[in-house]
Amino acid sequence: MRFAKRGRMRFTSHRDFQRAFERALRRAHVPMAFSHGFTPHPKVSYLGASPTGAASEAEYLEVSVTQECDPEHIRSALDEALPDGFDVVDLVIAGPGALADRLQVSSWLLEMGGADVATVTDAVDGFLAAESVEVRRRTKNGTRTLDARAVLLHGDVTGDDPVAVTAVIRHESPTVRPDEIMAGLRLVAGFEPPAPPRVTRLAQGLWSNGAIDDPLAPDRVGGASAPGRRGE
Amino acid sequence: MPVESLFAQLEPLLEQVTKPIQYVGGELGSTPKDWDDADVRWALMYPDAYEVGLPNQGVQILYEVLNEQPRVLAERTYAVWPDLERLMREHGVSQFTVDAHRPVGAFDLLGVSFATELGYTNLLTALDLAGLPLEAVARTDEHPVVVAGGHAAFNPEPIAEFVDAVVLGDGEEVVLAINEVVREWKAEGCPGGRDGLLERLAAGGGVYVPKFYDVDYLPDGRIARVVPNRAGVPERVHKHTVMDLDQWPYPRKPLVPLAETVHERYSVEIFRGCTRGCRFCQAGMITRPVRERSIETIGDMVQTGVENSGFTEVGLLSLSSADHSEIGDIAKGLADRYEGTNTSLSLPSTRVDAFNVTLADELSRNGRRSGLTFAPEGGSERLRKVINKMVSEDDLIRTVSTAFGHGWRQVKLYFMCGLPTETDEDVLAIADLAKRVIAAGREVSGRRDIRCTVSIGGFVPKPHTPFQWAGQTDHEVVDDRLHKLRDAVRSDRSYGKSIGLRYHEGKPSMIEGLLSRGDRRVGRIVREVWEDGGRFDGWGEHFLYDRWLRCAEQALAGEPVDLAWFTTRERDRDEVLPWDHLDSGLDRDWLWEDWQDAQDEIELDDCRWTPCFDCGVCPQMGTEIQTGPTGQKLLPLSVV
Repeated sequence: MRFAKRGRMRFTSHRDFQRAFERALRRAHVPMAFSHGFTPHPKVSYLGASPTGAASEAEYLEVSVTQECDPEHIRSALDEALPDGFDVVDLVIAGPGALADRLQVSSWLLEMGGADVATVTDAVDGFLAAESVEVRRRTKNGTRTLDARAVLLHGDVTGDDPVAVTAVIRHESPTVRPDEIMAGLRLVAGFEPPAPPRVTRLAQGLWSNGAIDDPLAPDRVGGASAPGRRGE
Repeated sequence: MPVESLFAQLEPLLEQVTKPIQYVGGELGSTPKDWDDADVRWALMYPDAYEVGLPNQGVQILYEVLNEQPRVLAERTYAVWPDLERLMREHGVSQFTVDAHRPVGAFDLLGVSFATELGYTNLLTALDLAGLPLEAVARTDEHPVVVAGGHAAFNPEPIAEFVDAVVLGDGEEVVLAINEVVREWKAEGCPGGRDGLLERLAAGGGVYVPKFYDVDYLPDGRIARVVPNRAGVPERVHKHTVMDLDQWPYPRKPLVPLAETVHERYSVEIFRGCTRGCRFCQAGMITRPVRERSIETIGDMVQTGVENSGFTEVGLLSLSSADHSEIGDIAKGLADRYEGTNTSLSLPSTRVDAFNVTLADELSRNGRRSGLTFAPEGGSERLRKVINKMVSEDDLIRTVSTAFGHGWRQVKLYFMCGLPTETDEDVLAIADLAKRVIAAGREVSGRRDIRCTVSIGGFVPKPHTPFQWAGQTDHEVVDDRLHKLRDAVRSDRSYGKSIGLRYHEGKPSMIEGLLSRGDRRVGRIVREVWEDGGRFDGWGEHFLYDRWLRCAEQALAGEPVDLAWFTTRERDRDEVLPWDHLDSGLDRDWLWEDWQDAQDEIELDDCRWTPCFDCGVCPQMGTEIQTGPTGQKLLPLSVV
């Protein structure tokens, strides 16, 4: 299923969402499958969660159920059971093939309130013109360097009030995050936004011909589906 | 006039703090209401971090009781961590509610629930961030009326200067009564201003308004008297007792946090009050008499609570849950109902007897069988007589043997250190007891992987208990005994590794003792500590003993009293105690007799099963014991 993380719910961490989602499964009476273990857990695979503080229109997860269900019924029941701001946008019965394999890129919207459009445009142009943009990430095992340029498939300035940048990033291991794109802009052009940018993941999927394909489309072929309240 | 949300100003700050989710609200069970549709508006505060405050039953109950009323609005606010506090000061953002992010200063009332005294500095932070003068007397008609409640409010004198009003006892009914008084006063055009309202609240003796009482001191520092300083204010203020808990089945719509909190479960209070008579236990003394919730109401509450929340754990709360007259049927009925649903049941406080093991077996039927907890509280038989914890060593060994025989592998034992009359031998007896537990476990189970965890808390004498006159044991003595105990446990190679010992150093207990039995002069210390940066005193990483010590010396300079005077000094019968004008219903002479009995090692039975021993509460408060059995059983839930 695809769900959105909107408004103040962007401040939830992935663990916060997991707890809320597993409670919603219970409240919505979804016939979920449980792991067999000392403490049984519902079988849910969360795919590439967006960072705390980022909103998202395109988060994906898979739930195992013990009986066939009507997708629209489950979608609306889960949507109702989740706190406001978590919206189940689309839900399909999974077909063959792994959904994770179809989530190859993310499109991010970075809104920089108070920034000047010319400055941002220069910074983005500088970033795109660079051979590589090496940003650092602190990990448990010390600092690691990632090339933010290599994974940037597309970047442009897409708004002027507030100034917004859209960036399409190819998922690698590890995946470059939106704050690392910001770090790259600082590195390349000395750009500092007046305030922390508002970050929203707009889409995930396969990159083809300069657009992102709906990753649930292959499941929809021949299967029942529930296109939900898109673009709410 | 509409009050604007502060969220737009707060949001950029949330990008820069840890766990921002705790400040955004939007939980299931939260009740957003329109500001302009309300006549009376409450901000309810639990003065600790959200992760501790959100699960608090008192706040959840009052939040729901108030919001169920038409034209009443209640929102919640919690202590903000120092990282956000700094940013709020820098950007001029005031203390806000998490529901609609409204400024706390715009509400009619700020109700603060004190489960512990260690939230006092956090109260000051919230008042200051809300733009309220810290001293109640400096507030004007523009400011909310600050009302304190909760168990610590039974001696509110250390915060008397900072609060406008104090309520003792159960909040459900009195919160609505206060609401009516405020509504009428506002409808009449606020006659007499702030004091006019406070006089109306104080008049019936059900609300304590500290500034309407003067405290006079004797030259030696003891209190001479506490007397009303204006007409129409009664000499004593009484506690509130809700009779018939079935009429108050809250929380019905539990708040389900998005942030991780200390208790992730649906809790239902299966009864209120306790008459076991443990002499150290303030909760057991101030919540009398026992009032049970019926098995049917408990079943209904669990059903709707689990349904509404999606929680996977149900807690059956009370001061001694195994004492409910129908606990066996409750446990079996709930275990039957939730069999196969991955819903676990827990009974947080347990008695030392074999019945408890049967109960625990029943409750763990749907979940894990990890550890069983028992609380003998005192290490030696003698000391248990002093504190009136009627458990013999043989009882304990029989009980744990049953547990180990039923497949349990671990028991936890709770004790206290620093109890009145305690000697080194009493504390060392804990080691012998733990060894006997392990020996019994190995014998019964035939296994070596038996464990016993011993947790020890420092004893702090509390107001309205027989130990309110006792001298608190100095932290150096407590630490010395704990270290001797540790050595005794470790020295025995055949048992040492099977016994886990958990305790804290004794210093924080000294400050808890100061705040528990302090008078209005202690308020100066609280203020100095707060001004010096003191916050979150219930958290080991934030609490600074040396700061409290230094501020106590400064604040009490020139007074005939000091930290030791408030803590380790034993009081005599005639001394006026700071809380004597606050009536918990307990007869002062009875408490004194019980204190004498304690020193004579004389035990006292429970009035649920033996004749009344005249503690005074029921006649004084017009209450009575309400216990079952009702004879009802829980029926299986029909499948929806």
